[in-house]
Amino acid sequence: MVGLEHYLGLAGALFVIGIFGLFLNRKNVIILLMSIELMLLSVNINLVAFSSFLGDLVGQVFTLFVLTVAAAEAAIGLAILVSFFRNRGTIAVEDVNVMKG
Amino acid sequence: MSVADFAFYVFALTTLGGGLFTVVARNPVHSVLWLITAFIGATGLFVLLGAEFVAMLLMIVYVGAVAVLFLFVVMMLDVDFAELKAGMAKYVPIALLIGVVLLMQMGMIFGAWQFADGAEAARAAVTPDMTEVENTAALGQLIYDDYILLFQLAGLILLVSMIGAITLTLRHRKDIKRQNVIAQMHRDPAKALEMIDVKPGQGL
Repeated sequence: MVGLEHYLGLAGALFVIGIFGLFLNRKNVIILLMSIELMLLSVNINLVAFSSFLGDLVGQVFTLFVLTVAAAEAAIGLAILVSFFRNRGTIAVEDVNVMKG
Repeated sequence: MSVADFAFYVFALTTLGGGLFTVVARNPVHSVLWLITAFIGATGLFVLLGAEFVAMLLMIVYVGAVAVLFLFVVMMLDVDFAELKAGMAKYVPIALLIGVVLLMQMGMIFGAWQFADGAEAARAAVTPDMTEVENTAALGQLIYDDYILLFQLAGLILLVSMIGAITLTLRHRKDIKRQNVIAQMHRDPAKALEMIDVKPGQGL
């Protein structure tokens, strides 16, 4: 019987994969953004699992808002990426140091 | 093992495999495709949990919009991805270390636990019986009633991000000819047209 802990374990593993991806692809901003999406997805799985097993719909409402913010974040992140690529011709994160104080 | 359990393991494997290959794939296009696989697995999990609306939203918003946005950007930018991948092997040990530490920390939570006594009573919006009110209808009643302000704010966030993304990427090129409608409409025949009486044999 699949219980709440199965879903929590899955979400935890997915979150760790996202963090693993952040450290593994430190130069490539696109994969960094994708790792963040993975982490947000794992949070969503957590919220929906709790919502379902506790019988409280608010968890799913909050999932909607997380989804909204994730979509906005992806759009803005990719827009910044595109304009950065236009100016510098590269997307390596290590080159993003113009504003170094 | 019942069919639902079997489906859970299939979708869980899809999600985890998709996630893992997203971060280790050599080609970013493959990464995006694996990300889509992970999202589809998560959609199946949400359906299993009885959250059909969120599942379909995940399919439409993530697979239909966000992942395709990633795909567009990956294909549009002419980046040497092999160069970006060059130092990847260097980061594997530290990434694995942090991953294992985090996994162990999370594993500590999975000891003995149970819902608190007051958890059932503290629910803000009890899920109605699915045979009476469907998931989408119940969610709609909640969003448009109790959470209307937050819902509108979410729309505002999307509007701001849309304007922001357009402003960031809009580029006004100077080196091409553009149609100036205002100037065209305000053209004066007296200034645009000149009558010249050309004398024979002289020209202008």
